[in-house]
Amino acid sequence: MATTADNFAPAAEATHDDHHDHKPSFFARWFMSTNHKDIGSLYLMFAIVAGIIGGAMSGVMRLELAEPGIQYLWWFAGSDPADIAAAGHMWNVFITGHGLIMVFFMVMPAMIGGFGNWFVPLMIGAPDMAFPRMNNISFWLTVVGFLSLLFSLFVPGNSIGNGAGVGWTVYAPLSTTGAPGPAVDFAIFSLHLAGAGSILGATNFITTIFNMRAPGMTLHKMPLFVWSVLVTAFLLLLALPVLAAAITMLLTDRNFGTTFFDPAGGGDPVLYQHLFWFFGHPEVYIMILPGFGMISQIIATFSRKPVFGYLGMAYAMVAIGVVGFIVWAHHMYTVGLDVNTKMYFTAATMVIAVPTGVKIFSWIATMWGGSMEFKSPMVWALGFIFLFTVGGVTGVVLANGGIDDNLHDTYYVVAHFHYVLSMGAVFSMFAGFYYWFPKMSGRMHSELLSHLHFWVFFVGVNVIFFPQHFLGMNGMPRRYPDYPEAFAFWNQVSSFGYVIMAASMLIFFANLAYAFLAGKKAANNPWGEGATTLEWTLTSPPPYHQFETLPVIEDHHDYHDHRPVTA
Amino acid sequence: MAGNVNHDYHILEPDIWPIVGSFSALTFTSGMVLSFYPDLFGTASSIVMWAGLAGLLATFFFWFRNVTIEAQQGDHTPVVQLHMRYGMILFIASEVMFFVGWFWSFFDFALFPAPLTYDAAADATTNLFLGDNTITKGEFIPTGMEVLDPFSLPLLNTLILLCSGTTVTWAHHALIHGDREGLKQGLWATIGLGVLFSGIQAYEYGLAPFGFGGNTYSSAFYMATGFHGFHVLIGTIFLAVCLYRAYLGHFTQRQHFGFEAAAWYWHFVDVVWLFLFVAIYVWGGWGAVYH
Repeated sequence: MATTADNFAPAAEATHDDHHDHKPSFFARWFMSTNHKDIGSLYLMFAIVAGIIGGAMSGVMRLELAEPGIQYLWWFAGSDPADIAAAGHMWNVFITGHGLIMVFFMVMPAMIGGFGNWFVPLMIGAPDMAFPRMNNISFWLTVVGFLSLLFSLFVPGNSIGNGAGVGWTVYAPLSTTGAPGPAVDFAIFSLHLAGAGSILGATNFITTIFNMRAPGMTLHKMPLFVWSVLVTAFLLLLALPVLAAAITMLLTDRNFGTTFFDPAGGGDPVLYQHLFWFFGHPEVYIMILPGFGMISQIIATFSRKPVFGYLGMAYAMVAIGVVGFIVWAHHMYTVGLDVNTKMYFTAATMVIAVPTGVKIFSWIATMWGGSMEFKSPMVWALGFIFLFTVGGVTGVVLANGGIDDNLHDTYYVVAHFHYVLSMGAVFSMFAGFYYWFPKMSGRMHSELLSHLHFWVFFVGVNVIFFPQHFLGMNGMPRRYPDYPEAFAFWNQVSSFGYVIMAASMLIFFANLAYAFLAGKKAANNPWGEGATTLEWTLTSPPPYHQFETLPVIEDHHDYHDHRPVTA
Repeated sequence: MAGNVNHDYHILEPDIWPIVGSFSALTFTSGMVLSFYPDLFGTASSIVMWAGLAGLLATFFFWFRNVTIEAQQGDHTPVVQLHMRYGMILFIASEVMFFVGWFWSFFDFALFPAPLTYDAAADATTNLFLGDNTITKGEFIPTGMEVLDPFSLPLLNTLILLCSGTTVTWAHHALIHGDREGLKQGLWATIGLGVLFSGIQAYEYGLAPFGFGGNTYSSAFYMATGFHGFHVLIGTIFLAVCLYRAYLGHFTQRQHFGFEAAAWYWHFVDVVWLFLFVAIYVWGGWGAVYH
């Protein structure tokens, strides 16, 4: 987009590099970092590792679901093949681990911690984040949160086996009286630790964006990715503490005799669901909004046009964030809400389709008449728009309280949220990764491998998840390791899809290896005149401390006003 | 960094305390889990928790010590001070949402109560609905349970906290007008009132005619007031640090954000108490038998 600082000369920065661009020693640089770019890189590396572990868990799940019956779970549980309970508990541990890892330790660290840390300061023309030291504890709290979740795998979850098998939602009473072992406590503290890190990170981003924009960069000139991180940070700041309270209640119910969720003392398990989803629904926007921001940057760059309807795009994200706080009970249509409540949540949920539609149509309008170039980030962005729309449309179906009575907890829901997350969020992450990888590493990745990665991944995830709509419509419930013969065909197709998707990830890692071993050196701006944000004015990779002289944003670049410039 | 920096932002050197603090937090939470299960992990396992807590306290101490040193050497330019204002406001906003969770539970239980009866001698609660699902009406305060009289010690505590809000403002105005003695006196008074509040709260817990947990009233009461009490403790420590710094000669008439942050936090704690007093003590216990 069009916030170029014309009078900012990158050459002047480069000449100064030699005497102030010295980096700290290895340990200080990576374990004691106060540098937003290094912390961003740490987050990205962490997210890749966590993604491999979480992805491997889903591989086990698709392996088990490839055929009816219990084939493999007992082996992972280390139990007798006849021990159905042990296999079932192992299954619960896998689905819980997959969900928690992908949400808290893959998508959030990559999008907000990784791309947010790297590019929010660069795009607003700031030398670093507002609180560089707090930035580092946000990262390490995420790491120790992950470790706490890993600890839970090695201690008893219940009388059957090790690990927390309570689902990523940790619903009571399964998570209280239903799972009396320490594994669940470790999993709960995992969320406390990662959540504390995210709250501190949110504080940091909001302060940075409000206070550290370069001279002349008003809020209404800010790149849309920065807008998306700003809205996301507010959602984190206001939603996570409610989750902290809810899971603290779980802890005291489990260990200290309170009865928040125990009917014997007047408590109510449904209260937990309200508290959880008051956090949980904003959380799904936390996972997708930074993706929206990245897609806006990429579509504009490769259409060589400013994004269509900039202000509408920015305030659509604000609207999604605000309305996202008042739709939570659409996750709870089957708990016995009265009809009027379901009507309200149905209507409120469908309202979200309006700002979301503003975004989809504005991306299309941005491309309309543009000079489009199908570089690797662009194909991922186009894949995002298509697949996110599919997931959005099934979301409107599920928003209806009456229809959800039938579809709740079926594979239709699984297909829906994987279309918006493992295709929406993940496609936007790969789009952002290929868009910014040359800037971050200073090396060009292979366009051929990137396109190959895209097409194989695109086919793979669709083969995994599209048939799950059919399974759900036919009544296959989620969270079970076994199913009747009638569901065998589409489950087998879905499992083949996993193999295709996994093969595409090998292409991704080959691409990374190629880039680091043999990739061409990246220019300051490898994407041409469509890439107008400030990070492209810097070297690739940028100097260790950039913008020691702040860039100034000129007035005539007010790009939602296209009147000719009169000097 | 050489002398080419043409901005007022605070670029920090690498620091060990974030990673130490994170692993201390992990040690602390893991130690807590171990201590929850003495049968599995032995009774000595709580030492892990205390080690983690020690690491956390050390992190807080050295971290804020570093911030103070940086403030004293002039790293906190006007824009960096503005960062800290934003940071503190946002931190308090997140704290407010934490208490929203506890109040949410409280109002859920109070507005949609279960038919509970309470046996004071055994500190045991029974939910009659679980044996007789024709019952459609409940009472928030279990039948047979007495609650604390809101217009006794809780009202006194309300007055104490409101009073402490004025004394911290006294200290602030004294500081702004260069009256260092007034600053110290105001802070001493505020800290004294804070300690008095905590003491009365602890004494009142000892008087409470119901045990911890067992029913929704007790759960919501102890957890909400308990977390508030914990915040009072944090606020008191924060103010005590400010008092110590006042004796060291820190804070100027124009720049004293450490003090202001402590005062903001103290007012936040005060406001939470007002909501607790009105909602839980007065409205929640309305019509019940006072102990």
